Amino acid sequence: MNGSSAQKRQVYMDHAATTPTHPDVLAAMLPYFTQEFGNPSSLYSIGRRVRKAVEGAREQVAAALGAAPAEIFFCAGGTEADNWALKGAVSAHRSRGSHIITTAIEHHAVLHTCEYLETQGVRVTYLPVDRYGLVDPHAVEDAICDDTIMISVMMANNEAGTIEPVGAIGTIAREHGILFHTDAVQAIGHLPIDVEAMHIDLLSLSAHKFHGPKGIGALYVRDGVAIERFVHGGAQEKRRRAGTEYTPGIIGLGAAIERACTDIEGHAARLRRLRDRLIDGVLREVPHSALNGHPELRLPGNASMSFAGIDGEALLLMLDAQGIYGSTGSACSSASGEPSHVLTAMGVPPRLAGTSLRLTLGEVNTDEDVDYVLAVLPGIVERLRAMSPLSA
Amino acid sequence: MYNETVMDHFTNPRNVGVLEDADVVAETSSPGCGDITKIYLKIRDNRIVDVKFQTLGCAAAIASSSMATELVKGKTLEEAWTLTRTDVADALGGLPEPKLHCSVLAEDAIRTAINQYRIDRGLAPW
Ligand SMILES: Cc1ncc(COP(=O)(O)O)c(C=O)c1O
Ligand SMILES: [Zn+2]
Repeated sequence: MNGSSAQKRQVYMDHAATTPTHPDVLAAMLPYFTQEFGNPSSLYSIGRRVRKAVEGAREQVAAALGAAPAEIFFCAGGTEADNWALKGAVSAHRSRGSHIITTAIEHHAVLHTCEYLETQGVRVTYLPVDRYGLVDPHAVEDAICDDTIMISVMMANNEAGTIEPVGAIGTIAREHGILFHTDAVQAIGHLPIDVEAMHIDLLSLSAHKFHGPKGIGALYVRDGVAIERFVHGGAQEKRRRAGTEYTPGIIGLGAAIERACTDIEGHAARLRRLRDRLIDGVLREVPHSALNGHPELRLPGNASMSFAGIDGEALLLMLDAQGIYGSTGSACSSASGEPSHVLTAMGVPPRLAGTSLRLTLGEVNTDEDVDYVLAVLPGIVERLRAMSPLSA
Repeated sequence: MYNETVMDHFTNPRNVGVLEDADVVAETSSPGCGDITKIYLKIRDNRIVDVKFQTLGCAAAIASSSMATELVKGKTLEEAWTLTRTDVADALGGLPEPKLHCSVLAEDAIRTAINQYRIDRGLAPW
């Protein structure tokens, strides 16, 4: 490899942010833009053919979760699914109570929805996590009140990568007759999911996190669980989510989830090996670096680390200049100007949270990618530290 | 998000490092985001003849320090005192709105250094 081609190497390690649509997924979608463009609600043949394809995709999503197809409702992605689950359950169960239990480390799609619900008179308990980002199921149980209607705990955290004890929490919710929602946006294709065994009543997912298209997702709603409609209008999705279906997206979601959930264990084992090489290499090569999150109970592709004495945004942009794409919990790079709420909830001091870098691996990453990051990253950290007033 | 000038001053910062024979050194930090900037000035006949900086911070903070040191180099203390965050941001061709607070540090550090220099010489701070 000559110098210039070495510099042009591109290493995408931000799969928790989004993933490229897989060519097979795109190929499955394309006919539904042009030839098979019919409205699935139309009674004539091209409408009926598209209806059949949409229902096929619903079966694919259901199969990935151990659910029945009638329990899958397509919507515009993870954010809408989270909004719908929380607002819809609160409206449908208001007569039973007005208390929700969630955690301090949820995605903003859950947290900001809860904050909105608080303005509408709902009480919300935001459970703390330990230094690994783990929610304690006993704390969930202790937080239950007479008027608790819902527990919402994510299956795996998008920043720290920590995998939550969702099965244990689901069991507690079921014993108390309380709805259990989980944001599984980061988990699909990385962790085996069974809504029956885990006692999940509502589950959010989003196609673009597993090589499907952006702007399409689904909410699983257990049969018999009442949830108010969120988008009002036509009779689509059994009158629960109005609007002409984004049919190419739905087909893409179905194709992507089937791909992602074929051989989850093999895929996860491959990612885990690369991730551990990356983490071990970085922690070895870079002094004063530390892993964020749990050493074992973490998403197979997640390497979130802090580098005391530098700023995460500066690190991210220096890596970008070398063709490496990651993300950071730096306050300076967030719109709010606050360091990551996830890392601070884990007890990471705000200043250290601001030094964090999240690299999330996906199926396209190779050993060479890991080698390249290990060759580039330590030097960048050293250079940034040398620029810092704390260095001398 | 950043323009080419900002990225240039971030990836190839001018005047970065320690000035061993500095006449005055000052450090300021941003309570919000935790960015820190340290400025070293060498002053002869009321003129900044050399300047260096060290910054722990985001790209905007590093680029602002780099540009601010370029702008005050060779200037009299009176001229350097008038440097504002707007001058620095303008010279960089603009900074994103949420990043403007990061450009304050260099200006603050330079002014703190100038006043310290005056105090050291028994003069009233500006
Ligand atoms: C845990 C989690 N929940 C929800 C979302 C939002 O999903 P979407 O981008 O499909 O709206 C994301 C993605 O950013 C996520 O990581
Ligand atoms: Zn900053």
